[in-house]
Amino acid sequence: MKSTTRKVVVLPCSGIGKTYGALARETTYELVDRVRPGIAVTTCLALLVIEDPEAGQLIMTHPVITIDGCPKGCARKSVEARGVTPARTYQAINFYKAHKELKPDGIAELNEAGLKLAAVAADELAQVVDELAAGKEES
Amino acid sequence: MTLEILKVGIVSCSGEAVPGGTISRIASRMVLDELRPDATVTICLPLFIAGGQEERDFAATYPTITVDGCEKRCAQKSTEKLSGKPSKSLLIPEILEKQGIEKPTSLRKLKPEEKAAVQVVAEAIARAVDEILEG
Repeated sequence: MKSTTRKVVVLPCSGIGKTYGALARETTYELVDRVRPGIAVTTCLALLVIEDPEAGQLIMTHPVITIDGCPKGCARKSVEARGVTPARTYQAINFYKAHKELKPDGIAELNEAGLKLAAVAADELAQVVDELAAGKEES
Repeated sequence: MTLEILKVGIVSCSGEAVPGGTISRIASRMVLDELRPDATVTICLPLFIAGGQEERDFAATYPTITVDGCEKRCAQKSTEKLSGKPSKSLLIPEILEKQGIEKPTSLRKLKPEEKAAVQVVAEAIARAVDEILEG
């Protein structure tokens, strides 16, 4: 039987200046490393900025989830700038709004609560990754 | 008349998918927060696309140092293409090789030797900041 499971690209904002950028990146790492390894993959957002052909091919041939750290929406806009509409878009601050007991802090490295929040958010996004991997694009 | 340079811009590659990117981000933050907090500013690299004219003028407003984690040089290339010519462009593999430090392998949860590499890179960035400020 032919498998219909495909990879899902998760792109966080680059997050050099804000806690929620770091949360977006850590959530992505949790998805890629722990929750859905081999299915969830990521690439450097900056590669889209320089119009790298391999990164462009990756997002054009797989469903994309963007996770942004601020309202400027760099991850989503960088994907859209390549003519691709993300399958799902998220704002990392909403992960905190859903779990106010976990207040993230830190930029270069998140505090314990932020790391835990990233793990929780990744667990919650697992179902979305599974749906997209199975070819269910509509939200 | 010579205008005094007050701040230096630092543009780090985002580098989510390469260990050098993690070193770049953390070292850049170390310069911004600890080593040269009063002399440096930064911008998220994708803002050259996602932001407005103010963001795209970054390298015209500040003498800028780009810090890249791999040979693709995303920070340098996007700054040159979308904002302006950087004053200095640093490449982490080159910095580490000069110091005889092994290439990092972690994307997160850095090992002790990788944390030492962050310190070395941060000091290199700080020296570059000083060189620009001293003219």
